[in-house]
Amino acid sequence: MRLTVISYTIVGLMALLLLGFWKLQIIHSDLYAQLAERNRVRSIPIIAPRGAMLDRYGRVIVDNYPSFSVLLLRDDPQQVERLLPQIADGLSVTLEDLEQQLDAATALPHFQPIVIKPEATPGDVAFIESHRADIPVLEMLMVHRRRYPHDGFMAHVSGYVGEVSSDQIEESGGRYRPGDIVGKTGLERQYNDHLMGIDGMRRSVVNSIGREVGRLEQTDAVPGKPIRLTIDYDLQLVAEEALVGKKGAVVAVDPKSGEVLAMASQPSYDPNDFAVRISKDEWQDLNENPERPLLDRAIQAQLAPGSVFKILMATAMLESKAIPADYHLFCPGSAEFYGRVFHDWKKEGHGDVDLHKAIVHSCDVFFYNVGKQLGIDRISFYGGNLGLGHKTGVDLPGEEPGIMPSEAWKERVFHQKWYPGETISVAIGQGAIAVTPVQLAYMIGGIITGGRFHQPHLLLSDKAAPEVDFPISDSTVDTVTEGMYGVVNEQGGTAGASKLPGIELCGKTGSAQVISEQGLKKAGKQAALKDNAWFVGFAPRQNPEIVVAVLVQGGEHGGEAAAPIARNVVKAYYDKKQGRIPPQQLTTQAVPPGIPPSFAANSARNSKPDDGAEETVPTNPDPVPTKPQPVSTTPQPTPPATLNP
Amino acid sequence: MNEGTGIRDYDWWLLTIIFGICGIGVLEIWSATHASHLAGMHWKQMWWIALGFGLMMLLSRLDYHSVLDKTPVFYLIGIIALLAVLVVGHTRYGAKRWLPVMGEFLQVSEIAKLIIIVTLARFFAEVRTERLSIADLCKAAVLTAVPIGLILLQPDLGTAMVLIPVVAVGAYLAGIQWKHAAVMLLAAALMLPIGWHHLKPYQKERVTTFLRPEEDPKGSGYQILQSKIAVGSGGFWGKGLGHGSQNQLGFVPVRYSDFILAALAEELGFAGVFVTLVLYTALLLRLIQNAQHAKDRAGMFLVMGVAAILGFHVLVNVAMVIGFMPVTGIPLPLMSYGGSAMLFVFLALGLVMNVRLRRFVN
Repeated sequence: MRLTVISYTIVGLMALLLLGFWKLQIIHSDLYAQLAERNRVRSIPIIAPRGAMLDRYGRVIVDNYPSFSVLLLRDDPQQVERLLPQIADGLSVTLEDLEQQLDAATALPHFQPIVIKPEATPGDVAFIESHRADIPVLEMLMVHRRRYPHDGFMAHVSGYVGEVSSDQIEESGGRYRPGDIVGKTGLERQYNDHLMGIDGMRRSVVNSIGREVGRLEQTDAVPGKPIRLTIDYDLQLVAEEALVGKKGAVVAVDPKSGEVLAMASQPSYDPNDFAVRISKDEWQDLNENPERPLLDRAIQAQLAPGSVFKILMATAMLESKAIPADYHLFCPGSAEFYGRVFHDWKKEGHGDVDLHKAIVHSCDVFFYNVGKQLGIDRISFYGGNLGLGHKTGVDLPGEEPGIMPSEAWKERVFHQKWYPGETISVAIGQGAIAVTPVQLAYMIGGIITGGRFHQPHLLLSDKAAPEVDFPISDSTVDTVTEGMYGVVNEQGGTAGASKLPGIELCGKTGSAQVISEQGLKKAGKQAALKDNAWFVGFAPRQNPEIVVAVLVQGGEHGGEAAAPIARNVVKAYYDKKQGRIPPQQLTTQAVPPGIPPSFAANSARNSKPDDGAEETVPTNPDPVPTKPQPVSTTPQPTPPATLNP
Repeated sequence: MNEGTGIRDYDWWLLTIIFGICGIGVLEIWSATHASHLAGMHWKQMWWIALGFGLMMLLSRLDYHSVLDKTPVFYLIGIIALLAVLVVGHTRYGAKRWLPVMGEFLQVSEIAKLIIIVTLARFFAEVRTERLSIADLCKAAVLTAVPIGLILLQPDLGTAMVLIPVVAVGAYLAGIQWKHAAVMLLAAALMLPIGWHHLKPYQKERVTTFLRPEEDPKGSGYQILQSKIAVGSGGFWGKGLGHGSQNQLGFVPVRYSDFILAALAEELGFAGVFVTLVLYTALLLRLIQNAQHAKDRAGMFLVMGVAAILGFHVLVNVAMVIGFMPVTGIPLPLMSYGGSAMLFVFLALGLVMNVRLRRFVN
C-alpha cells in the first residue's frame, strides 16, 4: 500500500516537472529563442563613409580618412569592471573618464558596445591586438573620419558633422539612430541625406566567453554619395587668402546662373576639431569667442550696406521714372533735410553732380535728394524686389534675411511712425537697413543682368536654379553699369586703385557706419568704431560672368579695404580663364584637400582669434553688425498703388 | 542456494530502460562535446557504462543476504573512507571529495550512498513492529547523520542531501508515526537557520540566486538562466542534435554533466524531454514493482533505498534544470558524465537485480 503511494507520488512529481518543461518550451519558447539568439549573436556596425565634397571641377575639398574607434563590449559587466584599470592604462585615458562613459551608457542594452575612444592611436591598436586573449572586451571599429581642409578653409560652407542630437533624432522620424554622425551646419547639414550613407552590420556568432566563432550574414554599408559644388577651388583659395587676418566675407557668384564660385568667411574655425569628439571647453571657447568664428558672415552678417545701396537707389530712380534720368544738382558737401544737416563724405562737396558722377564719386548729397523724392516706400518696394529684406534662398542653413525698412515695417516692429529723416539715411545705405554679403551679390547680379535674379546655390546641378524676374530696362542697366565701370576705371572713382588692365572690372564701394550717430553718442566718445568696408564688383561690363561681394568689418574704406579683394578674385577668374595661371591640379585624383603652405602659414596668425589682431573691436563687441535687429519679421514691401511703375 | 538465477530471471524491462537512458545520455554527451576540446568524452562514458554493467552483473550473482550480514563492516569502512578523504583527499573545485584509487579519482561519497542504503535496509528490516518506535527512528537518524556530517565537511551539500530520502522513505515504509514525522520536520525547520549560517558563501549564493535569479544574470543566476534559455529555446521538436547554440557555444553550464538535460531539451525539444522523463518514471516504477515482489523485508528496503536515492537524484536534477530548484550539483543518474556516479548507479541497480533474482522464496 505504501509502495503504491510512493508510485503515485513519483508519477505526480514527474508530471509536474513535465508541466515545467511545457511552460518553458511551448508557452514561452519564443522569448527564450530570442534570448538564445541574443546570447550567440554580436552585432558590430560597419560605418558607411560619407560622400565627399568636390569643387566644380571635381577636386576633393572634403573627404574621409580611415580611422579606428575603440569599442568596449559590455556583455559581461563584471569582467569589464575587473579589466577597467588595465584598459585605462593601455589606452592612456583616465579611469574616471572610462567610468563616466560607462555610467552614461547604462541605459543602453548590454549587448550594445560603446565607443570609449573615438580616435585610436597606433599604440592603442597594438595594445588591443596584443591583449586579445586577456582583455577580450575591447574591439576596434573601422570608421571614416571626416577630413576638412586645414585652418578653417571654407569651413562655414562645408560645415561640420557631429553625433546626432536627441532633437534631430526626433525630427528625423526614425531615419537617424543614436550615435549616427550627421551634418550639423553648412552643406554637411543641407545635403546630409545625400552625403550620409547607410551603416551596415556585421553579425557574428560568439561563444559563452565572447570569442567570435563564426560569421553570420553581413549587411554591407551603403556609402554616401559625393556632392559636386559650384565652388571653384582656385577662386576660393584667393578669397580665403585675401581675408586672412581680417573679419569679413567674400561671395563670388556667376550672375547668369546663381552658381556660387567662392564663399569665404573669417574669422573661421577648424571643422576637423568637430570630426572627432569636441571637448566641452573647445566648444565653449568657439561659442563665446567675441570674434564669433562660428558665424558665417557671408550669409549671416546683417549690416548696413553703405554706399553700395546707391546702385539700388539709382535703379529705383530710373525705373520708377519718378525722377528724370538727367536729374542733377550741385553738391556743396552737405544738405539740410527736415531741419537737420546731412553731410557728404567729402566735406568740400562734389560740385555739379549727375547720376553717373554720383555713382562714380559716391556722392551722398545727390542720393539724399533722390531718396527724399522717392520716399521710403518706393525705395522699399525696389529693395524688396531687387533681393533685400528676405533670404536669397542659398542652399545653406541659417541664412539671415536682413532688413529692408518701410513705413509698414516700422509700424509693425516698433509701433512707431516712420520719420522722413530716416529715409535720407536709408538713401545712402545707413540707418535701419541691413543686408548680408550674399544678398548684395544677388542684388547687383540681378540688376546688371536686366532683372534676372538667380537663386545663389552651391550644389552644381544640370537643372537651372529658381529664378525671379523683375525686368529692368536696358537703359537703366546701361546707366548703372557705366556708373560702376566708372567707379573702378574713371578718374576720381572711389575704387580707382583696383583697376585691372585688360579687364572691365566694375563695382561700387561702400563704407558703412557700424553704429548710428546717436548710438555713437550714447556709447561715448571713446567708442570710435571703424566703418565697415564694402565692395561689390563684377566683370566684364557686358554679359557679366562674375559678381564679387566683399565685406571687411572695420575696414573703413570700401575702396581701400574691400575693393582689392574683389579685384584679386576677379583677376584670378580671368587669369584662369585666359590660362595664365595653371589651376590647382584639375583632376579628381590625389588632391590632398587642404591649403597650400602659403595660406596655412598666413592663417596660422589668424587662427588665434584673441591675439590682438582685431583691435578694431575694443570693449564693445559688435553691437550692430552681428546682433540681428528684430528681424523675425521679414518685411515684404508692398508698394502703394500710386507707385506702380 | 537453489534460487533460480537463470538468464530469464533478470529484469529485462529494467535493463531495457537502463540502456535506453544510457543511450540517450551518451548521444547527448557526444553532441555536447564533439566540437570542443572535450571531444571523445562519450567513449569514456561508454566504458564506464560497460564497467558499471559488469559490476552490476557481478553484484547480482552475490546473494544480498551475505551483503547485509556484513553491514557493520561496510558501515565502518565507509566511515573510515569518508574520514580518509577529509585527511588525504584530493581537492578539486575547492572541495575534498576524491580519493585516488588505481590511478582514478574515486568520489568516496558515492560508495557512502551504497553503504547507507544497505545499512538502513538491514536496520529497518530488523524492526519487527508494525509501527516505528521513536527509539528506532532516532537510531536510524543517527546512522544516517554520521556520514551526512562527514560529507558536509568535504563540503558536498548535494550528496549529503541525497542520503536523507533513503532514511525518509525507509522510515515511511517501516511505519513512521505521523506525530514523529511532524516533530522531525519541525526540528529540521528549526535547524535551517543554523544550517544556513554554516553554508559556504557559494552555497548561500546559489540559494539566494535561486530565489531571485533575475538580480544578477551574469553572476550566479547565470547558470539557471542559461539553462532555462537552452530549455525554452528548444521548443517542441528541438534544434536538432548538435545544433543547439546554447549547448554548442558553451552557454549551458557543464552541459555534459549536471545540465545534460538542458542540452537535451534544447536539441531534442519537449519531445526528447518527454521520452526521457517517461523512461525515468518507468525506471522508478519498475524498481517499486521489484520491491513489491521482494522475498523479504530486507530486500524490499534495499530496493526502495535505491529507488529513493535515484528518484531524488532525478527529481532534484530535473527541477534544477528548469529553475524549480537551486543549483546543487546533483547529477542526472545514468545520463550525466561521471565515472563514480555511473558505477554507483549500476552497483545500486545490481542490488536490485540481486533482490529480484531471489524473489521466489523456496
